[in-house]
Amino acid sequence: MSDLILEPNIPDPDGFYADLLAAHEGLSDDESAALNARLILILANHIGDRAVLRDALTAAKGDRP
Amino acid sequence: MNAPLRDRYPLAFRLYPYRRSADQDASTPARHSVVIVGAGPVGLALALDLGQKGTPVIVLDDHEGVGLGSRAICFAKRTLEIMHRVGAGAEMVDKGVVWQKGRVFRDRDEVFAFDLLPEEGHRCPAFINLQQPHFERFQMEAVTRAQTAGAPIDVRGKNRVDALTDMGDHVLLDIMTPDGPYRIAADYVVACDGAKSPIRERLGLGFDGRVFEDNFLIADVKMTADFPTERWFWFEPWFKSGSSALLHKQPDDIWRIDFQLGWDIDRNTELRPEKVRARVDQMLGPDVEYELDWVSIYTFQCRRMERFRHGRVLFAGDSAHQVSPFGARGANSGVQDADNLGWKLSAVLNGHAPETLLDSYDHERLQAADENILNSTRSTDFLTPKSRTSKLFRDAVLTLAREHAFARPLINSGRLSTPCVYDGSPLNTPDALEGGPARTRPGACCPDAPVGNGFLLDHLGGRFTLLSLGAVGPQIDGVTTLSLTGDALGPELADRYLGPAPQAHYLVRPDQHIAARWGSASANDIEAALRRAMGAA
Repeated sequence: MSDLILEPNIPDPDGFYADLLAAHEGLSDDESAALNARLILILANHIGDRAVLRDALTAAKGDRP
Repeated sequence: MNAPLRDRYPLAFRLYPYRRSADQDASTPARHSVVIVGAGPVGLALALDLGQKGTPVIVLDDHEGVGLGSRAICFAKRTLEIMHRVGAGAEMVDKGVVWQKGRVFRDRDEVFAFDLLPEEGHRCPAFINLQQPHFERFQMEAVTRAQTAGAPIDVRGKNRVDALTDMGDHVLLDIMTPDGPYRIAADYVVACDGAKSPIRERLGLGFDGRVFEDNFLIADVKMTADFPTERWFWFEPWFKSGSSALLHKQPDDIWRIDFQLGWDIDRNTELRPEKVRARVDQMLGPDVEYELDWVSIYTFQCRRMERFRHGRVLFAGDSAHQVSPFGARGANSGVQDADNLGWKLSAVLNGHAPETLLDSYDHERLQAADENILNSTRSTDFLTPKSRTSKLFRDAVLTLAREHAFARPLINSGRLSTPCVYDGSPLNTPDALEGGPARTRPGACCPDAPVGNGFLLDHLGGRFTLLSLGAVGPQIDGVTTLSLTGDALGPELADRYLGPAPQAHYLVRPDQHIAARWGSASANDIEAALRRAMGAA
């Protein structure tokens, strides 16, 4: 059974979304892409669980995990 | 066919000059047990192993020695252990540059460091660097010593195989020599004739896989320098001589430098000495004096044959599988092929095992080849990102690694060769040592450990051995026993072979891989495991 959370899980979703956009403020497309890549790696390491990460990759592709 | 013999490359050492053999005057083709084609590191390793087991072996090579150029330089612990067993290891370790640590840089900054052997109690170091010509020379010296002691090994230089025909119960080989053609017959032929294997071509067998679109320049440079004996690797180096670079020490003040050049280059231009020197100068600075010893450009593939056994013809080393050089998994895996095949061929030829035992060579070494190809492909994907996005992630890893430990294990400048664990091999008996250490499970290669004033691996190999720890094992026909109890059972042995268990019995194959293990075992258990390890259904 997957432990990937796809139900709302972030308190203050609008605040998080604003933080995400703010982090990209003033960056070129290349810089933004690099920031996203670093962010993905940091979050992936925090999650650590390979099964959850696999399911997240599947969900991100638009498929059902 | 019948073309005259011409050297395709200059020799570093003339090791097996052509001598006329009595077989060339025989009226019918002389019959031999094993014929090895190719006297490279793999062919000679197999010849040494077979010869020392008393199995007659002929090695044919179309040259009279080893070619110029350092080529394979990194020889792994497992290779050295095998070479020790066949009597060529000590000279290699003496001459070689011993190393176990590596550092990875990006630009000027160190981003990662690793230690390949962080534990004590092994005879052999994690790695040595040694030019391939020296490796083969030491093997050939061991062949000469073995011959003197009576080992039936015959190495024939300037003997080129022009055709081979499977006759059902033997293989017929057409051979060309400076004195013209002759024929011999063999029970088994082992093709150790390299990535371009003429034997594989002749048999029309496929060799498929991935080509990587990149070129690497090797510059072997002779200089006196005081860099540490570590593997240094740069991504996007500050000296801009390539998109990555590698620096590694070899014996005799030779330094291996690799530069990653990219795909669209002109080989001939890049190989011009002034062009090579410009790249080296950028790296070392203008005031360093050096000579260029050897220069080469290589591209690489990761590929393998679908099967390594084709009836009476078997393939070993680069002829069977090819990987990128990052990880030193080429020559090292080839020597392990030889290690896997030698005892099986001997057992089949002696009538101790059914010929189906040879199918387990396919099973086990295909598994190893796939593991090596997987590791090598992943390293190459990191080194040579094949899309904008893969470059983006590569750079993100390198950037994060400076600050954050988590990113450092993601850096992949080559995962260095370790022996494959033959999990799932048909020769294994299911693990019956409760709580036994994972590293010594059935299929694994025995890790070394101190025993008395020597080492465990000196007591294993060449034959089946029942290794008993904290207990005395029963005597079994065809099995040597080694029982270590009391003071003979040191902490490293206990840690590597017992874990929490008070005692254990290990059935160890002639190639020092573990066939079975138990907490306690009856003679019947051991005999059943032995039959299984010898290929009985």
